[in-house]
Amino acid sequence: MSRFLPLSDRERENMLKEIGREDLFSPIPQGLRLKEDLKIKAHSEKEVLDFFKNLAEMNKNLTSFAGAGVYHHFIPSAVDYLSTREEFLTAYTPYQPEISQGTLQAIFEYQTMMCNILNMEVSNASMYDGATALAESILMAKRIVKKKNTVAISKGIHPHYIKVVKTYLKNLGINIIELELKDYATDIESLKQTLSENGDIFAVAIGYPNFFGSVEDLKTIVPLVKEYDKKAIVITSTTEPLAFGVIAPPGDFGVEIACGEAQSFGNYPGFGGPLLGFLTTTQKHVRQMPGRVAGQTVDVDGKRGYVLTLSAREQHIKRERATSNICSNQGWCMLRATIYLSLLGEEGFKKLASLNYSLSEYAKDNINKTKHFKVLNTKPTFNEFLVQTDVDFLKFRDLCIEKGVFPGVHLAKFGLDKDKFLLTTTEVIDTEDIDTLVEIMESVK
Amino acid sequence: MYPKEFRYTKDHEWIKVEGNIGTVGITDYAQKQLGDIVYVELPEVDDEFSKGDEVATVESVKAASPIFIPVSGKIVEVNEELEDSPELLNQDPHGKGWIFKVELSDEGELDELLTAESYEELIKAEGE
Amino acid sequence: MKTLREKEKLIFELSVEGKSGIDIEFPVEKKDFQGEYKRGGKIGLPEVSEVEVVRHFTRLSKMNYGVDDGFYPLGSCTMKHNPKMNEKVASMEGFLHSHPMFSYNLVQGSLKAMKVLQNYLCEITGMDQCTLQPAAGAHGELTGMMMIRKYHEKKGNPRKYVLIPDSAHGTNPATSTFAGYQVIEIKSDETGCVDLNALKEAVNEDVAALMLTNPNTLGVFEKNIKEIADILHEKDALLYMDGANMNALMGVVKPGEMGVDVMHLNLHKTFSTPHGGGGPGSGPVCFKKHLAPFQPVPVVEGDEKDGYTMNWNYPDSIGKVHGFYGNFLVTLKALAYIMAMGGKGLKQTTYDAVLNANYVREKLKDYYNLPFKSETLHEVVFNDKYQEEHGVTTLDIAKRLIDYGIHPPTIYFPLIVHGAIMIEPTESESKEEIDYFIETMKKVAEEAKENPQILKEAPHFTPVRRLDETLAARKPVLKWKGEGND
Repeated sequence: MSRFLPLSDRERENMLKEIGREDLFSPIPQGLRLKEDLKIKAHSEKEVLDFFKNLAEMNKNLTSFAGAGVYHHFIPSAVDYLSTREEFLTAYTPYQPEISQGTLQAIFEYQTMMCNILNMEVSNASMYDGATALAESILMAKRIVKKKNTVAISKGIHPHYIKVVKTYLKNLGINIIELELKDYATDIESLKQTLSENGDIFAVAIGYPNFFGSVEDLKTIVPLVKEYDKKAIVITSTTEPLAFGVIAPPGDFGVEIACGEAQSFGNYPGFGGPLLGFLTTTQKHVRQMPGRVAGQTVDVDGKRGYVLTLSAREQHIKRERATSNICSNQGWCMLRATIYLSLLGEEGFKKLASLNYSLSEYAKDNINKTKHFKVLNTKPTFNEFLVQTDVDFLKFRDLCIEKGVFPGVHLAKFGLDKDKFLLTTTEVIDTEDIDTLVEIMESVK
Repeated sequence: MYPKEFRYTKDHEWIKVEGNIGTVGITDYAQKQLGDIVYVELPEVDDEFSKGDEVATVESVKAASPIFIPVSGKIVEVNEELEDSPELLNQDPHGKGWIFKVELSDEGELDELLTAESYEELIKAEGE
Repeated sequence: MKTLREKEKLIFELSVEGKSGIDIEFPVEKKDFQGEYKRGGKIGLPEVSEVEVVRHFTRLSKMNYGVDDGFYPLGSCTMKHNPKMNEKVASMEGFLHSHPMFSYNLVQGSLKAMKVLQNYLCEITGMDQCTLQPAAGAHGELTGMMMIRKYHEKKGNPRKYVLIPDSAHGTNPATSTFAGYQVIEIKSDETGCVDLNALKEAVNEDVAALMLTNPNTLGVFEKNIKEIADILHEKDALLYMDGANMNALMGVVKPGEMGVDVMHLNLHKTFSTPHGGGGPGSGPVCFKKHLAPFQPVPVVEGDEKDGYTMNWNYPDSIGKVHGFYGNFLVTLKALAYIMAMGGKGLKQTTYDAVLNANYVREKLKDYYNLPFKSETLHEVVFNDKYQEEHGVTTLDIAKRLIDYGIHPPTIYFPLIVHGAIMIEPTESESKEEIDYFIETMKKVAEEAKENPQILKEAPHFTPVRRLDETLAARKPVLKWKGEGND
């Protein structure tokens, strides 16, 4: 217990004398003070590490086809190495720009990369995760379109994200309409009908690619919404932005807020956190954007430098009228993403996306050849797709687990269909793994 | 310093009335208190407000201050030049730095506002 | 820190076509994504080798200052030492690759870790239950306030107002707004505490809760906290405690025994997890039984013998506040820290944090003005009143400290103190380090009299000097737009 406390008993005694206070805790009434020590045992470093090694071993990591919002990707060593430099890891939020240029420049580079990947004009410096990024995006859209009060959310958005949105919106009197799906993508006819029946919609949120893996028809959706009300905003929510290495990004279609989860960029699954929420928008809406943002400026000598800017939007200044209550964000995860994307670069990013896509197409082809499993998506997909089976999924899953394979994420986990699961192939999977999975599929009855 | 033909509020807005149109801005005292103004969030034309409603926000690097409308009425024009040049509020608060124009719905409300003289007394008191 | 280079180009400015920092095998037949949604043209990512990436980010890191570099007395931020075993724990493969949608039998280690940490946090706070889902302090506040709202809703009326002392962090009022409440500010009395009479007047059946930081942002313990709780509870209003300053209380008092109904903790402050240049933090919420039905789902349940699972069946839950279960890897670091310290160690931590702060206060009180004279715990707030007459402001003092290799304290907060200088040394500083800080502060006070210009122009030796924040906000440049952007 004393290894993290640099004062000696003698020093403590002397310092207390100098303060001249007999009882250091005199500001706290006696009656409130604990009579006993907390019931927590102290441990040596070895004991702590042994405890955690044991826990880590209780977890079983298999050849995994799991995705559904969190993805297994290969992370180059340089990401771990650079991001754990103490100057990055143990620094505070860069409120003192003169001694935080490292963090600030990295944020500026991250913002540029995310803008370019999504073809958007502005990015903030991160949100907690994809789910809260969507909730904050909807609140942002509400601030832009002041006079309307209903958001339409496609059922193709990650079910957990919809849950979080409902939690966030419930107390603010904003109505939610859920848009129906057809063949696992937003049903255009139903969207048209919703828009014609309801004049109160300020934003339409679409998964792109959506939770089921489908590439949604933004070319049709955005103009429909803009025709309905030119001020209404289309928001896209993306769980796997590596898709934009091969798929046209939201910014190509007039989407005004593109948000999502960028854990895929250099961050581990980590049992679901810490993740990396991203939120990008257009220059026009920047003042309504939540979260921190870094901007370029010059110092007194005219030298280029970076600062946190547009702070007047934030809670520490605007208090109850702030654009969000967010303070701490996911800065270090953002740094890891910046390093990761720097390593991949233009060609690496495209190639990795292409590899994910090709593996997924290989898996789809082979799964469709089996008797009891079929792929349901009719629209194009990236590295994730929906599979239906007429065998008992849980039995099939347990069989897979026995063979060291996790076959994908059961929709029943989200309260959806029991006969369907999401299957993801990233570069950590190879064709042999896919062949093994397909063999198991063929072996079940 | 503070034009006689203007009327003022305790929250440091001014209004100049011509016909039934009032032009509104913030006072020189207010801009000095705020420091370098970096952004003005403008109201939307055709929106209607009651006296005392928050209609706009003026932001400096370290502060954000709401602007309250001195009289009830409909916004008929906003100073779009402020979008690119918020510094006009610092440079010429009583002129080029005007924020919006409002069509008055009750001219009687003007009587409740401060004259230049009483406003100058107010800021003198605040300064002390 | 300190880089030998004058400046570091942007990674994009280092880019040369055809280079990459990764080699990717392609062990499958390549399929091209086709159709109207195919991406064309350049994306705009840099093209550099691993060597350049490593050098670039290493040089950037040297323009930063971390807690491993030295004294970091940011008030209200608790910049304590980040034990190195924490990082080892959080980078064990078994945790890193654990997928949140794996079946529960594959993630028993993760679930157990969550359960053990929740139990420890309840022991430390004296509360009944705990959720780890909130990703940061402000997120915890929002979770707690939404639980309060649900509590009142279940009784038929969510109520309208939340009371917040004027010394509070900006996140408190912002959070209340996002939980659907209007804020009523409560003035502090001359000791810097909540004015009990003002509070009595403000509390009625329309008030949902009071959000109280204890000790408050002046470092003053709200000694009437029990009375405060009673006043609230009499009208069935609840007491929310912002646990940002828990480093002043651990092992000495338990908020759960002082009438607090719900509170959050900042694991990235009190429990030693690194700030990461802005995050990720973690903001667990601890609460009393009467709020348990409203906690976010899923809830970790079970034990070692029968195994751990997650319960989604909480019909009155506020719902989910995070896509999965919160910043899990961060919570592991806090657990490692708590286990290392033990109950006695945590108490000693509190003692040392309070001792260091009061030592600084005693040694500097003749050099800097103390706007509130009340006894303080883990932090002390001065201001620039003595220096103002020489034309020197808090900002100048802060920037001059950088010249001496010290991270400035928190400045201009709390808002109720004009020109505040808020110092929180934490328990992590040796006497040698604290004495160096004290001597430096005295020297700067001297310089403010003798040579104010040197403060005005500080810092002198940093990679960049004072930056034009007005320009940045007036004409925002938020991304690199290509050559000639400089």
